[in-house]
Amino acid sequence: MNMIEVDDLLRKFGQITAVDHISFNVNKGEIFGFLGPNGAGKTTTINILCTLLLPTSGRASVKGYDVLKQRSQVRRSIGLVFQDPTLDDYLTAEQNLHFHAYAYGVPQNVREKRIGELLGLVELWDRRKNKVRAYSGGMKRRLELARGLLHHPQVLFLDEPTLGLDPQSRRHIWDYILTLREQEELTIFMTTHYMDEAENCNRIAIIDNGQIVALDTPDKLKDSLGGDVVTLKAEDSQAAALELKERYDLSSEIQNGMVTFSVPNGGTFLPDFMRGFHSRLLSVEVRRPTLDDVFLKLTGHAIRDQEVDSREQMRRMRRWRR
Amino acid sequence: MEELFRGIWVIAYRELLRFIQERSRMISSFAMPLLFLIVFGAGFNRVIGNLTPGVDFIKFIYPGIIAMTVLMSSVFSGLSVVWDREFGFLKEVLVAPLSRSGIVLGKAIGSAVISLGQGFVMLALAPILGVTLSLILVVELIPLLIVLSLSLSGLGILVASRMRSQQGFQVVVQLIIFPLIFLSGVFFPVNNVPTWLEVVSKINPLTYGVDAIRQLFLGGDLAATSAATGNGSYLVGVTVFGHTMSILEDVIVVAVLGAVLMLAAVWSFYRQE
Ligand SMILES: Nc1ncnc2c1ncn2[C@@H]1O[C@H](COP(=O)(O)OP(=O)(O)OP(=O)(O)O)[C@@H](O)[C@H]1O
Ligand SMILES: [Mg+2]
Repeated sequence: MNMIEVDDLLRKFGQITAVDHISFNVNKGEIFGFLGPNGAGKTTTINILCTLLLPTSGRASVKGYDVLKQRSQVRRSIGLVFQDPTLDDYLTAEQNLHFHAYAYGVPQNVREKRIGELLGLVELWDRRKNKVRAYSGGMKRRLELARGLLHHPQVLFLDEPTLGLDPQSRRHIWDYILTLREQEELTIFMTTHYMDEAENCNRIAIIDNGQIVALDTPDKLKDSLGGDVVTLKAEDSQAAALELKERYDLSSEIQNGMVTFSVPNGGTFLPDFMRGFHSRLLSVEVRRPTLDDVFLKLTGHAIRDQEVDSREQMRRMRRWRR
Repeated sequence: MEELFRGIWVIAYRELLRFIQERSRMISSFAMPLLFLIVFGAGFNRVIGNLTPGVDFIKFIYPGIIAMTVLMSSVFSGLSVVWDREFGFLKEVLVAPLSRSGIVLGKAIGSAVISLGQGFVMLALAPILGVTLSLILVVELIPLLIVLSLSLSGLGILVASRMRSQQGFQVVVQLIIFPLIFLSGVFFPVNNVPTWLEVVSKINPLTYGVDAIRQLFLGGDLAATSAATGNGSYLVGVTVFGHTMSILEDVIVVAVLGAVLMLAAVWSFYRQE
């Protein structure tokens, strides 16, 4: 059964097309990732799916409920961790969770037990009586994760759940997410622009400028590049690229003085190649492709190339400050 | 239906919870009315003297000051909506399975409880000002203040539903509320001022809210003196087209205003999704 169905979804903000005719389905129990740079339309898609934003056209449903016509059923079925913090800083962690439980009508006999379990899971039980204001960024994030799960949602939306966290906290959050999926039979829809995180997903949609440019499992996406990635540094990059083209019919890309190309089996290709190569080589490296390479190949730009725009920077600062 | 009631109580609960945590709001809605009571009361009382036997200027404006306290507190309760939007918490509320009407009503009810409390704190000044309070008066005051507060909370929420910054909200609310308060007969009897002012004041719905509360405080005394002297009283009971409004009629005017504002606020919340 498809937990999320999106069909030809379009959302414009004035002149800007934030989401450009996208379609995809998410299976039950799957971790589905949206991978894309700033401004790709990830948050806009989530906002539409969680009923906070109306699409310009197209259809979407969550757990079979239409996001336009059956909002209330959709809202009951989903849990959310938004990109920006949405906790009440002036209340304690426990008060925040209680509010959530009341708002979702969690029955009294499950409420306290569930709150206790989740606070234990995200390791905030000892700090439950503290005002959220006094929490660190990572603790807030964990609390939001716990809150998103409080009402036993079947679909969990995570919008950049680890944004602005250090590697250790990021791994922590991922441990919880993976544990939870096992325990609660969750379907997870998440967005990220960290490649390594995207690897945790069962399937990934690569989104750029509001369009889905590829959708598959991480392994298949990487295989689609055609084998291993070879990066070499030569005295004369142009000459090296030309020689690759003429002798092996391989097209390569030159970035920062490095020549990059893909070959089906890098390990056996290289020895022969180096023996016969005319240009002087300074270094050679073979590796399995990463999602970065896939992204570069599909969109023509690296996901991290883009400068963190000012909006994003402000957002981060705000998160730190609070 | 369930989502309506849950929305009401959950949001009202939070409004109260937040109020307890945040003491500055408590003080800010007293400051202005107290200032006016002191400046006008102490400043003008001797110059103006008794408006009618037994009713000096302080006694005249005191019910208006109570109304003003409740008005200010109610309108500014909308600030928390803007605050929640700025700090993201509004999203948590809007994705929850709560009806929009419930959210707006809950907000208004929470704010009404708070405003009622603040109005009652102002009652503590009565003995100092020489105003005698009876139990009946206090009990009758409760529904009046609640209706007044619900209506004006509607105004605050309506403005807040359109505002992205707290400063913006404060500026807009002050632009709306100060003319409304000054022209509502808190400081003068609307039946006895130049015609243009009288017309403006009688169009202002707040006038009826102020009048209802003043009738409650002064009605009895004034009826007695006017019976004794044969002088009709112009101090209470707004006269519209020759008809003098009773307390109930005053309250109906305020309630209608409140219903319109509240509907507009709910509509505005629906729209912004
Ligand atoms: N409320 C809005 N009004 C106008 N434009 C908007 C609005 N929300 C988003 N946009 C625009 O839509 C586009 C997609 O934004 P969106 O927030 O969905 O990107 P994103 O993929 O989540 O990016 P990020 O990684 O920075 O979070 C951007 O160009 C953005 O400027
Ligand atoms: Mg985003």
